[in-house]
Amino acid sequence: MSRTLVVWCPDWPVAAAQPPLHAPAAVFKANRVVCDNAPARRFGIRRGMRRRDAQARCPELLLFDERPERDVRAFADVLATLERLRPGVAPLRPGLVALRSPGRFYGGETEAGAVFAEALVAQGVWDVRVGVADDLYTAEQAARRAAIQETVVIPEGASRVFLEQLPVDVLEDADAVSLLKRLGLPSLGDLAGLPASDVHTRFGPQAALVHRVLHGRETRPLATRTPPPELDRHVDFEPPLPDAEAVCFSSRRTMERFVQGLAERQLVATEVTIEVYADGQLASSRRWLHPRWFTSVDLVDRLHWQLVGVSTRPTSEINGGIRSAVDRVRVVPEEVATDHGDGLWGGTDDRVERGIARVQGMLGHEAVLAPTLQGGRSPADRQALVPWGERPVGLRPVDRPWPGAIPPPAPARVLAPPTEAVVLDAAGRPVAMLERGCLSSDPFRFRAEGCWERVASWAGPWPVEELWWEQAGRRVARCQVVGSDGRAWLLVFDSGTWFTEAAYD
Amino acid sequence: MVRRMEGRELDDRLTLPVLPELAGVVQLRAGGVCQVDSVSLALDVMAGPSQSGTWCGVVGVPDLGVLAAAERGINLERTVLVPDPGELWLEATAALVDVLGLVVLKPPARVSESLAAKLGARLRKREAALVALVDGQGEWPRAEVRLRTESVRWSGPHLGEGHLCDRRVAVLSQRGGAPARRAVVA
Repeated sequence: MSRTLVVWCPDWPVAAAQPPLHAPAAVFKANRVVCDNAPARRFGIRRGMRRRDAQARCPELLLFDERPERDVRAFADVLATLERLRPGVAPLRPGLVALRSPGRFYGGETEAGAVFAEALVAQGVWDVRVGVADDLYTAEQAARRAAIQETVVIPEGASRVFLEQLPVDVLEDADAVSLLKRLGLPSLGDLAGLPASDVHTRFGPQAALVHRVLHGRETRPLATRTPPPELDRHVDFEPPLPDAEAVCFSSRRTMERFVQGLAERQLVATEVTIEVYADGQLASSRRWLHPRWFTSVDLVDRLHWQLVGVSTRPTSEINGGIRSAVDRVRVVPEEVATDHGDGLWGGTDDRVERGIARVQGMLGHEAVLAPTLQGGRSPADRQALVPWGERPVGLRPVDRPWPGAIPPPAPARVLAPPTEAVVLDAAGRPVAMLERGCLSSDPFRFRAEGCWERVASWAGPWPVEELWWEQAGRRVARCQVVGSDGRAWLLVFDSGTWFTEAAYD
Repeated sequence: MVRRMEGRELDDRLTLPVLPELAGVVQLRAGGVCQVDSVSLALDVMAGPSQSGTWCGVVGVPDLGVLAAAERGINLERTVLVPDPGELWLEATAALVDVLGLVVLKPPARVSESLAAKLGARLRKREAALVALVDGQGEWPRAEVRLRTESVRWSGPHLGEGHLCDRRVAVLSQRGGAPARRAVVA
């Protein structure tokens, strides 16, 4: 008969946030405590308490926001550790996992529990409790009764004896608990004596489940998970390779195997991290996005860019420029997608991609750009240039109202950076913008780019107060000015000076 | 490609579509060079092919207004920008001509006759069109058609009121030795 082992990490949302050892901490959602740890409970902090009440009882309380994804991610490491010791784990929820007991493999069930607890403590999870029993429910109750880093083993066939002495409070259904107590049934043993059909109709499904367990009729097998496939690939170089060309050439097969491994699962990678190790240490790690998906050639290209460090952006200069010989390259899929893949007939776009990659090889990765639009006020803010082959991230949304934006048509030329301009009125005095957002006098002559022009007509100003809530916030105003030669300009007045921002030629 | 296999004459080359406003002014042919003198005109010429799905590239124009391009209906997803090619502008253009249908180029220096001839041969081989953006008095040697802005008139603003809304450009179009044609483009 297979036995079940449950590993319970109490107060997992707090443990996942990794507060310092023995420090009171709590996780809040909507200003209320949803989970706290043992040191916090010693100060009298309880679930459902308001944040300021909790802080009044314990001013040094560490506060964390509720983030379920953090709990799940942190628990994935626990699952991986347990999976190495005993395959076939069944995660129940973050903090609680069941697995088939390894029996005498580790010399006994208590010893197995100790091995699991030791492995998790080595990983930094201190509060681990293990329970072993015939079925899942009993094992969970046993784990809840175990001391920290200890194992409670309920011998075979002794589940009922163990459960009968438990109070009805272990039922998670508050209504059923209250009703059972009022009926004078304080322990699960009393619940066991009731007829099965009545338990279900009167006390709900939770009590019915416990009733079935008490009578040994709960025989649902564990829903164990399949370990996630290993999709990352790496290649070791012995001896280490000193130059980028050799590394890229030798990594080609590995990249092909990486793409192949994904393709076998009907997947393609849209985001990868490429790690380069030199002298046995991580020398460079960079995350790469692809507008569609990575082929092996793309991956080799990205590796080359990362190694050569041809980029001009300061962030990538830190990553690039590896000094010593490379001994390992590893590629990890960060994001995979299923609904893509190469078409049967290829397409002309492939040819274009290769041609553009050639230009990138010639001029550097960031010299070839893809234009996109984004939201903003000035013409320069409303466009974004993204290096070709990267996905645009962090763009401002276009569909918001942008008060102060200039109405269409848009200028054909956007000067980057803006050049200084001069605007004078009929008396030859410089035109300025006043506090209220109007001009001090009508513009008469201006110099936008090179030579002086008479103002034929003008429109504006469109005042914009950007970041007015900050010290460094600025107040600018834009004017459209048409010169006597018919050409129009967009001039901006920014802290006492006029600039030519764009030209409508 | 099919045409060439059928053995037709080179003069029967593929004609790229142009915007209706420019229909009488310019005819773009694969392998030809069109010279313009302002970014607006370059965008106008580029809009027609781009709308019909041609991949376009812009080389050496760091101050291109992306929003203006989008307003003209240029497909930004099929547009490649090389704003600052530096010394390698000719190599970059030649590499793009290999794969794109239309390339807008603003040469940083005067272009010699032999250079233009080399690029022209590449264009005819790859059936791509080149829009040379040359401002001032410069000339692109061997351009099939030259567009010059005679005058621009913007209407809309009036001494602080309104905003720019309507542009009328008088364009002088010269094709080979034929007399220049004048047209007004909205």
